[in-house]
Amino acid sequence: MGAQMIEMQDVRKSFGSNHVLRGIDLDIAKGESMVIIGGSGTGKSVLLKCILGLVQPDSGKILVDGRDATRGDHDAFLARFGMLFQGGALFDSLAVWQNVAFRLLRGSLKRPKAEAREIAIEKLRRVGLKSEVADLFPAELSGGMQKRVGLARAIAAEPEIIFFDEPTTGLDPIMSGVINELIREIVVEMGATAMTITHDMSSVRAIADKVAMLHDGVIQWTGPVADMDASGDPYLDQFIHGRAEGPIESVR
Amino acid sequence: MTAADILTLIPAAVGRSTLAFCRIIGSVAIFALSTLSHLLRPPFYPKEFLHALLHIGYFSLPVVGMTALFTGGALALQIYSGGSRFNAESVVPSIVAIGMVRELGPVLGGLMVAGRVAASIAAEIGTMKVTEQIDALTTLSTHPMKYLTVPRVLAATLAMPVLAAIGDVIGIMGGYLVGVTRLDFNSAAYIKNTYDFLEVADVTSGLWKAAAFGFIVALMGCYHGMRSGRGAQGVGKATTNAVVSASVMILASNYVLTEVFF
Ligand SMILES: Nc1ncnc2c1ncn2[C@@H]1O[C@H](COP(=O)(O)OP(=O)(O)OP(=O)(O)O)[C@@H](O)[C@H]1O
Ligand SMILES: [Mg+2]
Repeated sequence: MGAQMIEMQDVRKSFGSNHVLRGIDLDIAKGESMVIIGGSGTGKSVLLKCILGLVQPDSGKILVDGRDATRGDHDAFLARFGMLFQGGALFDSLAVWQNVAFRLLRGSLKRPKAEAREIAIEKLRRVGLKSEVADLFPAELSGGMQKRVGLARAIAAEPEIIFFDEPTTGLDPIMSGVINELIREIVVEMGATAMTITHDMSSVRAIADKVAMLHDGVIQWTGPVADMDASGDPYLDQFIHGRAEGPIESVR
Repeated sequence: MTAADILTLIPAAVGRSTLAFCRIIGSVAIFALSTLSHLLRPPFYPKEFLHALLHIGYFSLPVVGMTALFTGGALALQIYSGGSRFNAESVVPSIVAIGMVRELGPVLGGLMVAGRVAASIAAEIGTMKVTEQIDALTTLSTHPMKYLTVPRVLAATLAMPVLAAIGDVIGIMGGYLVGVTRLDFNSAAYIKNTYDFLEVADVTSGLWKAAAFGFIVALMGCYHGMRSGRGAQGVGKATTNAVVSASVMILASNYVLTEVFF
């Protein structure tokens, strides 16, 4: 294993009396694909947003590539990241291709419009969307198509670290397979570090090098995906087998 | 509850709302300063600015024009009715002009634009906030203040004086139409009277006011949009707050600015 890309030490975050993160310790190595699983509303999305600085943690330390994530040049910091939001978060005032090429049309990565458009169409093709989609607006797409445009936008500038918040939710099984393969490809070929949130256990097995399970505001279990079935952890067992009975209450 | 408790109830409530008010003033002031500081530092987004200029300026023309036209006409009738009591009907053209240019053009124009623009800015930015588009902007290394707030505030500040100037002209024309058709003024005399008594300072003071109102409108739209609560309800509340606060601030600052230019 190489050096750590992301290190989280005792990260805590509350919204009022809702203590979402209660001391997260998690390390992700360079070029590794980490999958976060856990019940709905346990704070998986908040965890990713804490690393990106979109949500300020109340306490704890987050290091990215050995440097404190909250200090230094935030723009340069974010330029290393790509993020797929759970809801897509496409800019509805911009056409699909302009969404995908957003980073390539302005700022430090700016390039000619025609070239940016070509890259956008290429990325759209990789997420299984035809080039006709490029000139539509996000509101004209189905939910699953919007998700894939969001995915194309996240990978457009070929970032070193990519976060995917539920990349396959709302997609048909075939498209899910395509996206799983794509994420795997990005990690293996581009050497990117990926952090993926998913509820889909077949995605977990397809994407993950390592798995971490979030429960009650802490990392309940973490380890290589191969050890997942024989972990002996009752929480993890209940979760991956989707049983209603077990230590995790079904009313949350 | 003792008598002393009941006695402190009222000052406590007054204190609480005073503190809340101070907190809002403070955070609006910080938001305004941050907008100005981002205005001066690159990167700039000229395309966003032009887009905002079109939506805030050009598309507000019909509303501002109609408002001015009818206000000018009504003003002529009112001043005629007031003036005739002192046998001073001849002041109608000059008072219509001065009233429009110094006060009604910028204030009514500002209020109309507040209803139109502050609401649409707050709704748009609020929706972007709720659907995580603002977070997405940040992760794409684009500062939401620079990309969303600065272009809108700058466009409104520059467009509002132009809108007010157009409103002034249309308002005076409204007065002229009513004066000539309904009040039997001589057309040439009306125009000459308007022209003779109007001073440059009347016009410029009104335009400065308009610029300030434009700044207020866009600032309040952005401020409430950026702080919008979650969900559709949050956006609705942000929109209402933007229009109400922009309108109140326009009227309050109008008084202050009138004192300054007086
Ligand atoms: N901006 C916010 N303000 C207040 N509470 C928030 C905010 N963002 C998240 N929360 C709360 O934090 C908790 C965790 O939310 P989060 O979105 O991280 O869940 P999640 O694990 O991603 O769930 P899901 O799998 O359903 O997406 C929830 O209880 C939510 O209400
Ligand atoms: Mg989530």
